Amino acid sequence: MTNDTLVNIENVSFGYNARPVLKGIDLSARRGQVVAIMGSSGCGKTTLLRLIGGQLKPNQGIVRVAGEVVSELDQASLYRLRRKMGMLFQFGALFTDMSVFDNVAFQLREHTELPEDVIRDLVLMKLNAVGLRGAAGLMPSELSGGMARRVALARAIALDPMLIMYDEPFAGLDPISLGVTGNLIRRLTDTLGLTSLVVTHDVQESLKIVDYVYFVSEGVVEAQGTAEEIRSSGLPFVHQFVHGEPDGPVPFHYPALPYAEDLKLEVARA
Amino acid sequence: MLKALFGGVSSVGRQTVDGIWRIGYATRFFFAILLHSGTAFSRFGLTIREIYFSGVLSLIIILVSGLFVGMVLGLQGYETLQTYGSEEALGILVALSLVRELGPVVAALLFASRAGSAITAEIGLMKATEQLTAMEMMAVDPIARVVAPRFWAGVLSMPLLAAMFSAVGIMGGYLVGVVLIGVDEGSFWSQMQAKVDFNLDIMNGIIKSVVFGIAVTAIALFEGYDAPPTAEGVSGATTRTVVTSSLAILALDFMLTAFMFRGLN
Repeated sequence: MTNDTLVNIENVSFGYNARPVLKGIDLSARRGQVVAIMGSSGCGKTTLLRLIGGQLKPNQGIVRVAGEVVSELDQASLYRLRRKMGMLFQFGALFTDMSVFDNVAFQLREHTELPEDVIRDLVLMKLNAVGLRGAAGLMPSELSGGMARRVALARAIALDPMLIMYDEPFAGLDPISLGVTGNLIRRLTDTLGLTSLVVTHDVQESLKIVDYVYFVSEGVVEAQGTAEEIRSSGLPFVHQFVHGEPDGPVPFHYPALPYAEDLKLEVARA
Repeated sequence: MLKALFGGVSSVGRQTVDGIWRIGYATRFFFAILLHSGTAFSRFGLTIREIYFSGVLSLIIILVSGLFVGMVLGLQGYETLQTYGSEEALGILVALSLVRELGPVVAALLFASRAGSAITAEIGLMKATEQLTAMEMMAVDPIARVVAPRFWAGVLSMPLLAAMFSAVGIMGGYLVGVVLIGVDEGSFWSQMQAKVDFNLDIMNGIIKSVVFGIAVTAIALFEGYDAPPTAEGVSGATTRTVVTSSLAILALDFMLTAFMFRGLN
């Protein structure tokens, strides 16, 4: 672990009740990088973000953010650390009883004593960064899915965090919004000097913008490397994933009895 | 056969353990609300806003119901009292019924179905759409910011609503008894004034409604906070809020009445 490592995960295991989700994961992200965590649905990517955010505690292993072991912090220290993290939820998770403006202003009002006119300027600057300054007066119900996610992004960068975690930022977006969101993630990371962790299964879009990729499957890191290395990877799992092949190391069928036996065909017994 | 028996026994055991666990969780949740109530008072605007949503917006249903309940009391009371030739006692009957029992209880039942269900649905949906998690990730405690202001708003609104229910109900009794049927106006009011005791009747009614306010709002908040983050989860939680809090109101009312009015005669 070097000095410019912001997030460091060592041998982390985690399970919900008896079901293991992560089985000894190692992963790290350097400052200024966009790091993607890829894998099929339900492989524990979102769980990983929750462990980094301190909402869950690992059963084993260590999660460090900015040198602090997240699971050992008390609530006050955890909240202090979280002020330096932003998280973009899959569907934005905007507060539906507040306008776009108030959503972005939320953290500024909760955590700072700034006067309202300064907050107004800051909010409009953040909204301008995601191209939605004109939507400040709208309610979340009036936004499209892509717009809601951009507002959530503006809200996540309101306190100028050092780390932003994106949970499936590309899910369910049209091609234009997809490009816009990808560009925003890259541009904000570069201009604000922050670190981005992107949990996604959108290979094509994310490979355009990321510095480093981790492939997670069955609770372990299956492969890792730069976008170029991943594209040219010969590993069967990565190849199946990148090229979107329906069958391969990740089977099409959910585990089941042999087909013939399930249909009670006599032939199977013969 | 044996397997089914074991299955049955273990399912009873599991349900018992789950039930006890849930009671423990609810109790911890309740104390967490009390512990994190600072924000609800230091930023009283948050609580005022919730008083508007659960208290002020419940006014119409409370006032209309209060009026009708009072009018029915006037009719029924007159029917019975006149048999004994004591219809001038109608004022006492209407006032005591409302202030001691019907005001706190019916207002609380209406509050549970009007405001309690809304609170559960709102919190449950905030949870389902990850708004509460988002808040936590922004280092804002949802118990302090979302739950506690709603709790105190309910606790403050309930006695006011019950008082208004009783007041309007007495007006309803007056309308039917005095204006419509023609009971003597002087004795209607003077007997009421003489026989309704401030400490025994009015204060006890207020205490009841505060207790009901705590119960209904705490149940509504807990059900919302504990709701599974799905459509069925939220709808089930909303139903449970209304059912559980209605039963809680009636059971608590019996216990409180037993304590408050024992040895009265």
